[in-house]
Amino acid sequence: MGASMSTDIPKGKQPAVKLADSDFASDRREHDVRSSVADYWARVRAGDLGAIPAILGLAGLIALFAALRPDTFLSTGNVANLFTQALPYTILAMGLVFVLLLGEIDLSAGVTSGVCGAVMAKLIVDAGQPWYVAVLVAIGTGLVIGTSIGWLVAVLRIPSFVVTLALFLGLQGVTLKLIGEGGTVPVHDNVIVALANKNMPIWLGWTAAVVCAAGYGASQFLRWRRQRTRGLAAKPVQIVAARVAVVALVLLVGTYLLSLDRAPSPLITLAGVPWGVPLVAVLLIAATFLLGRTAYGRHVYAVGGNAEAARRAGINVTRIRVSVFMIGSSLAAISGVVAASRLNSVATESGGGNTLLLGVGAAVIGGTSLFGGRGRARDAVLGGLVIAVIDNGLGLLGTKAYANYLITGGVLLLAASIDAIASRRRSATGR
Amino acid sequence: MADPGTAGTGEPVLRLTGLNKSFGPVHVLHDVDLTLRLGEVTALVGDNGAGKSTLIKCIAGIHPIDSGTIEFDGRQVQIGSPRDAAALGIEVVYQDLALADNLDIVQNMFLGRERRRGLVLDEDSMEEAARETLARLSVRTVKSVRQQVASLSGGQRQTVAIAKAALWESKVVILDEPTAALGVAQTRQVLDLVRRLADTGHAVVLISHNMNDVFEVADEITALYLGRVAAQVRRTDVTHGQVVELITAGRSGDLGLAPATAAENI
Repeated sequence: MGASMSTDIPKGKQPAVKLADSDFASDRREHDVRSSVADYWARVRAGDLGAIPAILGLAGLIALFAALRPDTFLSTGNVANLFTQALPYTILAMGLVFVLLLGEIDLSAGVTSGVCGAVMAKLIVDAGQPWYVAVLVAIGTGLVIGTSIGWLVAVLRIPSFVVTLALFLGLQGVTLKLIGEGGTVPVHDNVIVALANKNMPIWLGWTAAVVCAAGYGASQFLRWRRQRTRGLAAKPVQIVAARVAVVALVLLVGTYLLSLDRAPSPLITLAGVPWGVPLVAVLLIAATFLLGRTAYGRHVYAVGGNAEAARRAGINVTRIRVSVFMIGSSLAAISGVVAASRLNSVATESGGGNTLLLGVGAAVIGGTSLFGGRGRARDAVLGGLVIAVIDNGLGLLGTKAYANYLITGGVLLLAASIDAIASRRRSATGR
Repeated sequence: MADPGTAGTGEPVLRLTGLNKSFGPVHVLHDVDLTLRLGEVTALVGDNGAGKSTLIKCIAGIHPIDSGTIEFDGRQVQIGSPRDAAALGIEVVYQDLALADNLDIVQNMFLGRERRRGLVLDEDSMEEAARETLARLSVRTVKSVRQQVASLSGGQRQTVAIAKAALWESKVVILDEPTAALGVAQTRQVLDLVRRLADTGHAVVLISHNMNDVFEVADEITALYLGRVAAQVRRTDVTHGQVVELITAGRSGDLGLAPATAAENI
């Protein structure tokens, strides 16, 4: 009886192959808009929320604050403020995305940014170093901190929560020692100050926006054409076009708003995209490329999704673990530099307080999962904007400090709850 | 050679001779001989603790062997690490699957061995190759190769894990209880796939507790009893009952260990 089983198979082979082809039909068939929207909706219902909570939150908060403070919140000056306010959180969050992708946490990211800012300030002010040396040393400091965390977590196998909690305390001491008790170090270097306080010439802002939009559009359409000609899974062209249109629209409207004169007095002009925005754009493109297009990025997702599977697939899990902390702390260092630029100084409490909470909040609100394996670089930007809107709006409302803490903490908890519920739905639907 | 199953027709690809393995004072594998042939499914059966897992871990390079020889394609080889095993063309599909839920089918199949052009991943060629392999194995249940593994059923996941092993120029594919957690229809799919894997020229090792599965797809049955090979026999030469006796007592009539050896460890 068994022998007849096995001889049956070669006979059935021919139709089986055809069947297999037809079963990939959902890949090869020209997806129409309706079917891909249905697919998308099915994914959302299964707990794959992507950017939806962040975009809804952003829209809701903007509407709320615009209604409560109609004359100030949407003024051109405040919109520019929003962007510069979002800069340090966004960069910090972008580094945290890497750490969170492995399901780890870096509680010391905020104070790392403070220490690195202090290192930079001391080098410029006390040692008279040029800005680029100071910034490089600051990033180097971040790398050293990140490597140490990574080593303790990946090699000694101490939970990252404990390692970074220890560093959270320890590094505050380092900042205190560097700056001196209760003091601040002013930063007057032109380049550093310009980062968050000066704007690009208007023509350059427009050029950059158009180049980015065109580049994004070209890369999306080229990919779509390549996938179609090779008969691979491709989205319908209308969806690709809609995505490109939305990104281009956001870029151009943002540039337009920032190119309006927002000077409080008619005697001067103050217009253009703040220099920090292209910095974030470059980091966003680099991080997106690294995570989405390189083997390294793929391995980060794999370790975050199933570390044991990654190990058996021959991926050096320890190296990946160390590397995400290195990237996280380096981006924290850059965030510290930008924060110093925004305040024109570094103080003993720089990077302390709620800095970390806002960074983690930005990443999680943007859609990065606390459970690892899910998240993108763009989450940091979306979440950073949400956090900045909250921070800025509450400031305009004149809320008391205690309420600020309560509300920001509440928002983070809400984002984490959405993440947890979505992740439960994901495991429930993955039969 | 102590190889009762010489009736095998396929070309021997992996031959273990006199393999011994101890963990401290525990002697887990005693002089194990095993021959795997291309185009054949060898079922590895045995009770819990008989040494099945240890044996495949030795072949997969996870445990170093204490003594004995491993011949691959007629040459003697040392398998010191999982990488060595993979380089020879030995792939293991573990019971708990080893797939990353958050990646899609293509990404999982190429995990750790991604094709790239310069710095950038070559997604297109990986997708084509994955599709080809799935079609070659007549995998019909997967809707899209760009589906996340999280959205697949147990049987589909097992299918992907097995197809992953077949994607490489692998010669030996070891499956650790591939049907353990599956329903009837899904078991059917996986067993068909196991058969096709052998028909496409692989030497397949199937570890299973399920006699129905074993008798359905195996060409050869190797029974382990307390770390010894009780018998390596053609499936057509034995009955269900005999295999069960080999598993539980180490011997069945003329087959199996000498009574003294079988009783030694009790």
